Amino acid sequence: MILEVKDLRVEFPTRHGTLVAVEGISFAIAPGEVLGVVGESGAGKSLTGMAVIGLLEPPGRIAAGEIRLDGKRIDNLPQEALRRIRGRRIGAIFQDPLTSLNPLYTVGQQLVETIRTHLEVDASEARAKALALLREVGIPAPEARIDHYPHQFSGGMRQRVVIALAICAEPQLIIADEPTTALDVSIQAQIIQLLKKLARERGTAIMLITHDMGVIAETADRVAVMYAGRIAEIGPVREVIHAARHPYTAGLMGSIPKIRDATQKKRVPLVQIEGAMPRLNAIPPGCAFHPRCTRVLERCRIERPEPRAAGANLTACWLYDPGPA
Amino acid sequence: MKFQGIWSSDLAYSFRNSPVAVVAAVLALVCVGGALLAPWLAPYNPFDAASLDLNSALAPPAWTAQGAASHLLGTDDQGRDILSTIMYGARISLGVGVAAVLFALVLGVTLGLVAGYFGGKLDSLIMRVADVQLSFPSILIALLINGVARVVLPDDRHDEIAIPVLILAIGISGWVQYARTVRGSTLVEKNKEYVQAARVIGRDPLAIMLRHLLPNVMGPVLVIATIHIATAIITEATLSFLGVGVPPTRPSLGTLISHGNEFLISGVWWIVLFPGLALVTLVLSVNLLGDWLRDALNPKLR
Amino acid sequence: MTPALLSLESLGRDFDVSKPWLNRVLEGTPLQLLHAVDGVSLEVRKGETLALVGESGCGKSTLARLIVGLYAPSRGRIRFDGVEIAGPEVPPDTVRLRRRMQMIFQDPYASLNPRWRVREIIAEPISVLGLLNGKDQIDARVAELLTQVGLVPEDGEKYPHQFSGGQRQRISIARALSGRPEFLVCDEPTSALDVSVQAQILNLMSELQARLGLTYLFISHNLAVVSHIADRIGVMYLGRLVEIADAQDLFARPRHPYTRMLLDAVPDLEMSGRQRTPVAGEVPNPLAPPAGCAFHPRCPHANERSKTELPRPIPRGGAAIACHAVEENRI
Repeated sequence: MILEVKDLRVEFPTRHGTLVAVEGISFAIAPGEVLGVVGESGAGKSLTGMAVIGLLEPPGRIAAGEIRLDGKRIDNLPQEALRRIRGRRIGAIFQDPLTSLNPLYTVGQQLVETIRTHLEVDASEARAKALALLREVGIPAPEARIDHYPHQFSGGMRQRVVIALAICAEPQLIIADEPTTALDVSIQAQIIQLLKKLARERGTAIMLITHDMGVIAETADRVAVMYAGRIAEIGPVREVIHAARHPYTAGLMGSIPKIRDATQKKRVPLVQIEGAMPRLNAIPPGCAFHPRCTRVLERCRIERPEPRAAGANLTACWLYDPGPA
Repeated sequence: MKFQGIWSSDLAYSFRNSPVAVVAAVLALVCVGGALLAPWLAPYNPFDAASLDLNSALAPPAWTAQGAASHLLGTDDQGRDILSTIMYGARISLGVGVAAVLFALVLGVTLGLVAGYFGGKLDSLIMRVADVQLSFPSILIALLINGVARVVLPDDRHDEIAIPVLILAIGISGWVQYARTVRGSTLVEKNKEYVQAARVIGRDPLAIMLRHLLPNVMGPVLVIATIHIATAIITEATLSFLGVGVPPTRPSLGTLISHGNEFLISGVWWIVLFPGLALVTLVLSVNLLGDWLRDALNPKLR
Repeated sequence: MTPALLSLESLGRDFDVSKPWLNRVLEGTPLQLLHAVDGVSLEVRKGETLALVGESGCGKSTLARLIVGLYAPSRGRIRFDGVEIAGPEVPPDTVRLRRRMQMIFQDPYASLNPRWRVREIIAEPISVLGLLNGKDQIDARVAELLTQVGLVPEDGEKYPHQFSGGQRQRISIARALSGRPEFLVCDEPTSALDVSVQAQILNLMSELQARLGLTYLFISHNLAVVSHIADRIGVMYLGRLVEIADAQDLFARPRHPYTRMLLDAVPDLEMSGRQRTPVAGEVPNPLAPPAGCAFHPRCPHANERSKTELPRPIPRGGAAIACHAVEENRI
């Protein structure tokens, strides 16, 4: 396993008390595997990604749990050591390619600088590597484009450059936070293909954070569904999408609009989950989803469920608790 | 909003936790309070010629050897109690300062809104006038307006209108900062969908500017105004120091400093020092309050 | 055949994005016009939902704003209920017609004035249009609207920042409905919302349409969303309407190559394992659209004619497609 996260807990001390943003997060990613982390706004998926890569904004901090990269703990490292790991062994791709690239330097300069920071190569070798990377991510005519500035690229091309930057030091793990959200749907498809290719060919583990279930369906091998700072369900993508155990996951899948098939004449109403995800400072006791759940049990209101096996998935739901009620 | 709500709000929290802001607020309160309540609080009325006693002229402050408790900070060459002159002087300084700022604010915010909302040639015109004005130091502009007024108006009216002219002069010299800020905010806000929604509903531009845009662009204006009060007071003090500000019958702190300056060389230090200290305290406390307000209201810094 | 409530005739809108006059003179650069909307003709029938889909730069948002009067057209005309409301022969007073249409915006955070209370926001159309008199009547109507959109009357006293994105869109809908419009232009109303909240809003909009007899023009970049709400769908590319058809038809038999490409690009949630033909290229710069058919650089069926001649809409059944290959029966 490249990445192992156990019982991660991220807190924010505020003047009204300590806010627990995510709690009890446990998952692992194997080399070449794509793990999707999916959830709605406020579920805590970006925070989890930031915690793994060590970029939590203070006063947020990791309060409990372990993060292991290739077997060694990285959550308790000092800033300097973490900085060296970032980029070299963990790469990051963020949502907005416009702000991820420095507008004042050419694409080539940024690539070469990153390569030389993490690898022991001279300038000409670094440039050759940069060209190869641009080719690998699908930028046409890389010899010409390597000396262009970010604003001379279109949105999709810029995101490819960002991906090139993320993989240039040959990291074992890539954290991709909403990499396709700002792109047009036709470009999204291209970027998804690219990420899958990278995982396959380079054996990189990818943690793909997004709210778009369609992207997960196409890209991920396994997926973790987050709700109110905790994992509601985690399992193989096919199982989670088509055989969701947790009522939230089931509701979520039902509320996703799908292209009607050719035989449907009438418009199909969408499944809707009543209410809204609670804010972090107003999480109900017991299971965070219980006020909105159509299959709520008495136990759900009192005790918080931990993820436990339910078929091929792990589900945090009392409906699947094998033990005595 | 109930007081309870205001006290526990983020702004009040920031205030309570900033020692600088609290000290500044207290000082400002003292200065402003003393100035406003001068007719009741001041031990003497220094402008009542009848109460002046030339015998007690040039008396030093109470804690020195020749001082008397009756005049805490001493007296000037005409027997006027320094403490009282400071309180009355601060009244004039504050009055002119606040009035000038209000004038500049109204003028600047209006022009900024109009320039930002309508754009085009009107915007260009207003901004060019602003740019031209910014290439002159504001003191010079105030001097210019003041000078012109004195030339244009008959001699015997000078004293009456000196203060309104002064307010106008300082006000006109300071409208640009409001206009620029408000224009910038207006340009941003007018493209937001709530303004488009108002246009779809059919509201006319005046209603949109006053009811939709104005409440949303006023935020930075408050901060600018607070700091501007300090600048306005200094500008007035400078003009009065130079003799082209308030008339001698209604001296401000600037006039007092100018007056006291003449005696400094003969070792009479208290006539210039205390009004000077008062001016510095007033301006500094208002400035610090303005700084705190700007940082506290800036959501990015919180 | 139900009459057309809204009809657009060869509607066009250009934006002057040239550099300032001085720069142009000194650098010798020409006047640059962006043809945001170019020759769009369509009809929206009473009671239906017409969806307009397209990617960024296709002009759908500009078209929405042309219809509600936020922009004036550069060419063409707009008729509402048979009367011209924008174009060369507009009568002097179109206000009464215009108040029968309203708009819902995309960004729930920017579409409500942050300094106004919710009840003031919702009541604004009522007071501006003079529909009701007196505070009591207005308050009652506001309470009724809040309930209709799934909120409670007490929410009227709050400020927008106290609500979530989905709730704010409900407030926007309430504001749009307060003037009792017949026609709603919805500019990506659910794009900024989470998927489960989107489902609530879409269901709410369907329900309101059935209850109040509304006609919708629904703009979106998401074909799957549109599938749940549209009766007919128009596809736009670089300012032009390339295909318009009944929803069922469009999904079963997409004809224009761009429509096919868009459908293909929708991620496959069913995981049927269908092979997706990778999409060629990117949307070109709208300032320099390709000559002839704007889609030809990316089209697998382009021929010589595509590079020079602008395709005109060809009727096929109840649909219209602007494509040479379709006209020539090549696809």
